[in-house]
Amino acid sequence: MNIHEYQAKELMTKFGVPVPKGKAAFSADEAYAAAQQLGVSKFVVKAQIHAGGRGKGGGVKLVNTPDEVKEVASKMIGMTLVTHQTGPEGKVVKKVYVEEAGAIAKELYLGMIIDRTSKQIVVMASTEGGMEIEEVASKTPEKIIKEFIDPVAGIQDFYGRKVAYKLGLSGDLVGKFAKFVKALYRMFVELDCSLVEINPLVLTRDNNIFALDAKINFDDNALFRHKDIEALRDVNEEDAKELDAKSHGLSYVSLNGNIGCMVNGAGLAMSTMDIIKFYGGEPANFLDVGGGASKEQVTHAFKIILSDEKVKGILVNIFGGIMKCDVIAAGVIAAAKEVNINVPLVVRLEGTNVELGKKMLDESGLNLITASGMADAAEKVVKAVRGEK
Amino acid sequence: MSIFVNKQTKVIVQGITGKDGMFHTLQCRDYGTRIVGGVTPGKGGSNVEGIPVFNTVAEAVAATKPNASMIFVPPPFAADAIMEAADAGIELVVCITEGIPTLDMLKVSSYLKGKKTRLIGPNCPGIITPGEAKLGIMPAKIHNPGTVGIISRSGTLTYEAVYQLTVLGLGQSTAIGIGGDPIIGTNFIDALEAFNNDPKTEAIIMIGEIGGTAEDDAAQYIKKYVKKPVVAFIAGQTAPKGKRMGHAGAIITGGKTTAQDKIETLESVGIKVSRSPAEIGQTMYDLLKKVKARKKSSSAKAKKKAKPAGKKVKTGKKAKKR
Repeated sequence: MNIHEYQAKELMTKFGVPVPKGKAAFSADEAYAAAQQLGVSKFVVKAQIHAGGRGKGGGVKLVNTPDEVKEVASKMIGMTLVTHQTGPEGKVVKKVYVEEAGAIAKELYLGMIIDRTSKQIVVMASTEGGMEIEEVASKTPEKIIKEFIDPVAGIQDFYGRKVAYKLGLSGDLVGKFAKFVKALYRMFVELDCSLVEINPLVLTRDNNIFALDAKINFDDNALFRHKDIEALRDVNEEDAKELDAKSHGLSYVSLNGNIGCMVNGAGLAMSTMDIIKFYGGEPANFLDVGGGASKEQVTHAFKIILSDEKVKGILVNIFGGIMKCDVIAAGVIAAAKEVNINVPLVVRLEGTNVELGKKMLDESGLNLITASGMADAAEKVVKAVRGEK
Repeated sequence: MSIFVNKQTKVIVQGITGKDGMFHTLQCRDYGTRIVGGVTPGKGGSNVEGIPVFNTVAEAVAATKPNASMIFVPPPFAADAIMEAADAGIELVVCITEGIPTLDMLKVSSYLKGKKTRLIGPNCPGIITPGEAKLGIMPAKIHNPGTVGIISRSGTLTYEAVYQLTVLGLGQSTAIGIGGDPIIGTNFIDALEAFNNDPKTEAIIMIGEIGGTAEDDAAQYIKKYVKKPVVAFIAGQTAPKGKRMGHAGAIITGGKTTAQDKIETLESVGIKVSRSPAEIGQTMYDLLKKVKARKKSSSAKAKKKAKPAGKKVKTGKKAKKR
């Protein structure tokens, strides 16, 4: 799960991670009031969307007075911001963050993620702050400093000091940096984060350290023990169909093609998308109905697929293990009764209770195309969508 | 032979009294797996269809002497269950549970360091040695005893591969699902090493997916150590960046974690990669045919050469018919 920069900064403040003074605003008037309250001489107004690269897209502006803050905010709120992370359709800005703009001496990068290979949290830092860190990593890997934290002992001061000296810091800043890393790590662990990125982390001319930007991702699997974090979810930033699917225990991801897919198991669902492409089609979605879906879940999955207007054909690919083919068949039949399926439907069933499932579909009188094997199914649905027989 | 589980494996089930735990325990027992006990705190002294239930793993170990545990405990308590099994000295822990917080698994893997316990999973279908033992949720019927070893990050896609092999007359030595989470116990390399050392396994299928670098590490390992034919498949060739595709571990976060990158790496070390998920079985069938034909001709040559010395040379086995 992702949250906004202003939410991330509120959380960081709670854990003692220094951030510049700032306030979120939903309107130009609120932004004006926020600027007056901050009472500083330079402001930065930042669009709050779940995507990076906002500066280049015009979503970050530097101004000098509360009046200017108001003017900038009035333009920013409601605008569609397109960055390299939003896709060409962009994202509508619903709120801005008004923040004190300080005198920056240097910009650094600091990130924390879980490293799969070492099975530890890794702290990553670089002198190349403000840059796309992946680019830095691929072009100049020597500029990325990594420190792996022992999960049992947890964060110790020496980790931060090591990184600080490698970054070329000295004097007071070393201790301040170590403290910063320690506080950030505590937040990472206590809130079950999966990624924390401070880019840039700034050193000010008066020798202080601030997180100028903040990105936090949370481990979806751990949200059950963080109701307060779950409450920070901004449904405007997420795909409505994906959220709807999630609330029904389904895993759904929208894609750009026209062939809807319903599959059990994530790996098989991904490969079903792949094989559609292999035969020249384009998948409209990833949809995993899971291991033990009920008839109701299957019906709902069908409704989600059909609610996508791009869908010109549907492929159901089920390899029943725990999931029984007759349950899938019952769900398909129930869905067909509730919603009008006016696109070609190709069904491939295999595994547990396959005979019963096929028989139920045959007797349902539904107009569907049966397939044997994944390749046959993919070929048939691609042809059907093209209007070929 | 086989890897990790066989007829001798004695299994307890943690979370045996839950709906899924009970159902699959009985399915495994029906398959012939030696299920000797179960653990559910607070339900010690009861039984599930004759299988004795204990309060703690330690009690179950003392009473039934198992060497493996299968875990169906819900996600908030699953990490605790894995560590309890390790604490009780269980050698093999198969954790089926999906949705365990990643930081819990960091604790688990650090706890397991230096212990003899091997963890398979979590978020996996389990492991099966056809005809001998099944510790997991895979449909038993599609499997056949044989000589192809399978390692996979995905559940149903493993069934797909197994089914394709079975239809082609190729059986499996052991099929193991290592799980779709970012932090797992047994990884590709562990399973590859075991299959490489298993005399019954003639060839290996490796099924990976987007996210992480496990497939790249496996490719380097195969290049260096594995002498048996390997067929690979990578799911998620059409997956968009930044979207989690069901599995917590299946997300392209940057670096070389796309399917295309992985396929290139695998092919660069000579591994045969099936581009279509429908061709995994056929790719293996063709590869085995080639390998056997090559062996036959080279052993025939060797025979000719060896004849004067009167040495006996083993001929290659015939490829199995469809």
